[in-house]
Amino acid sequence: MADQSIAGAAGKVATAANGDRSARARAVILLLSLALALSIFLSLTSGASDASAVRVIRDWLTGAVPADAGLAARDQLIVYDIRMPRVLLGVLIGAALAVSGAVMQGLFRNPLADPGLIGVSAGSSLGAVAIIVLGTTWLAPVTLALGTLALPLAAFFGGLSVTLLLYAIATRHGRTSVATMLLAGLAIAALTMALTGILIFMADDRQLRDLTFWQLGSLAGATWPKIGTVGPVILLALATMPFLSRGLNALALGEATAGHLGIPVQRLKYTAIVGVSAAVGASVAVSGGIGFIGIVVPHLLRLAIGPDNRYLLPASAVLGASLLLIADAVARTVVAPAELPIGIVTAVAGAPFFLWILLRKRGIVDL
Amino acid sequence: MRQDPTRVVFSFRPVLAPLLGLMLAFAVLPAKANDSTVVFSDTSRIASIGGSITEIVYALGEEGHLVARDSTSYFPQAALKLPDVGYMRALSPEGVLSVNPTGILALHGSGPKDAVDVLKKSSVAFIEVPEHYSHEGILEKIRVVGKALGVDAKAEKLAVEMDAKLKSAEKQAASIKQRKRILFVLSTQGGKVLAAGSDTAGDGIIKLAGAVNAVEGFSGYKQMSDEAIVTARPDVILTMKNAGPPVSEDELLANPSIASTPAGAARKVISMDGGYLLGFGPRTAEAIHDLAVSLYGSQVTDQW
Repeated sequence: MADQSIAGAAGKVATAANGDRSARARAVILLLSLALALSIFLSLTSGASDASAVRVIRDWLTGAVPADAGLAARDQLIVYDIRMPRVLLGVLIGAALAVSGAVMQGLFRNPLADPGLIGVSAGSSLGAVAIIVLGTTWLAPVTLALGTLALPLAAFFGGLSVTLLLYAIATRHGRTSVATMLLAGLAIAALTMALTGILIFMADDRQLRDLTFWQLGSLAGATWPKIGTVGPVILLALATMPFLSRGLNALALGEATAGHLGIPVQRLKYTAIVGVSAAVGASVAVSGGIGFIGIVVPHLLRLAIGPDNRYLLPASAVLGASLLLIADAVARTVVAPAELPIGIVTAVAGAPFFLWILLRKRGIVDL
Repeated sequence: MRQDPTRVVFSFRPVLAPLLGLMLAFAVLPAKANDSTVVFSDTSRIASIGGSITEIVYALGEEGHLVARDSTSYFPQAALKLPDVGYMRALSPEGVLSVNPTGILALHGSGPKDAVDVLKKSSVAFIEVPEHYSHEGILEKIRVVGKALGVDAKAEKLAVEMDAKLKSAEKQAASIKQRKRILFVLSTQGGKVLAAGSDTAGDGIIKLAGAVNAVEGFSGYKQMSDEAIVTARPDVILTMKNAGPPVSEDELLANPSIASTPAGAARKVISMDGGYLLGFGPRTAEAIHDLAVSLYGSQVTDQW
């Protein structure tokens, strides 16, 4: 209890103790939640087909029998089995990527940090690529046993093992050096990318194309069983994040200061890193590479509500979810009945936006 | 031990998340789908996925059934009027279903797997057509497509016709004494030559046209070293157009290793339409003939 109040004080120090600001942050979060609800509604009702989610759900609720049974069955499939899991997955992954980005930036006290930086994404990619390329040969027993879940699981454990390895390297005598972790992360990311490269070289023509599309990212593979697999992982990881906010606020003052304020710095780092790698590993596993959500969302929100992680983390989750849903709606409809990979949409929208943030910030933060 | 026990317990909590995920993963393992449909019960609205499949449907005169095609289906021209559901390897389930198909006729390799699984679940009949880069492979494709559409007799007739055409094209090729060595170049992005090894459509067409694939020792499309290109000594470079970024002839011949080969010295580059050259469909006999004529000239034209 004493711990918490001290940490709370630290949080207030970090945000220059401003009552207006927290009121404003709450208002922004409320507004963002409304925006998320709207995005969910729009995502459910828009798509390549004219299936109306409103009608399908109304028919289901009122027990009405539609005129054309065949068409009704199709619309039901589209709404329940294609759009709903997809929207839910979009919310989970958008939230996971944005919150993970915010936590990483706080943990490394580096505005450019994102989960890709410490090799989580690279590790996940390695796992996924291994399944795509070796799934029909050496790893055939694994893919046969796990079916469609082989790829997400491999990606998840790829990300997790890289992170645990990194943690082992960076931890000496019970202390984790963030600097060592960053450097080792770069080295391990390079190594996993090289291993991925070997697999890409071994890949045949068809596998290469699968790889390319996987790396561009997509929510098209959303199914209920996949949500059953990654949903709990992401939710559990997200659930630990609020407990980190005070610690991250204190950490902004420096590791030693945070320690003196009674923050269990070592535990904070461990929880944050395992949480982030679980959330990101699970996300990358089902959706492939989706960039810029993790880096753009927290930056945007810091401009709007300031750096207090108690507000920044939940706001990131909500905004990340909305933005990914909007990006997915664009990906699904702009070239319908074909579909764009979502990674293209987030990069096309996110990269110029990120540049704009950088230019705006140049006067304040010297990168 | 300096650490107090509560701390150890807490630090393991985050590890529970992945474990729980794994447990759930095993709990929700999907049942193996065992779909073996070979004939569509309703052929009124068919989506054709794969350029050669679309060509076969047109060759059978059954194009009236088609309601959609994929982006690799750009022949015949009339097919372009059909809605395009995207690249055959990056299909979107809702996109395909939005054209209300009663059946999906897809070339082997259509995907991604998740999208195909959802489509299969949709109770729209899904038939996958096998593909082998050979004479027999083409006939098999025609028969499978014909059976799916319920026009077996028509398909058999087309297959017999194709068989004769292919045999005649192959016969010409068989009479060639001095076989040319061909290097099939898929792309030259960044100066790297991506060449066709064994088990590729490029390799298949080279062999059918009575030539030799200059590439040995790898399968699929791989990047080739300059030294390997020199050693391969191709007499002709074969490339394709209208499918992806075009391979520039000048850029190819400017490559010193290619310039040093017989093909480079004679500036012998043959460029053919991608779908025509690599489709392994109804036009392949003509493609074999065209390629053979480009390679051997009058040696083959007489007998066609």
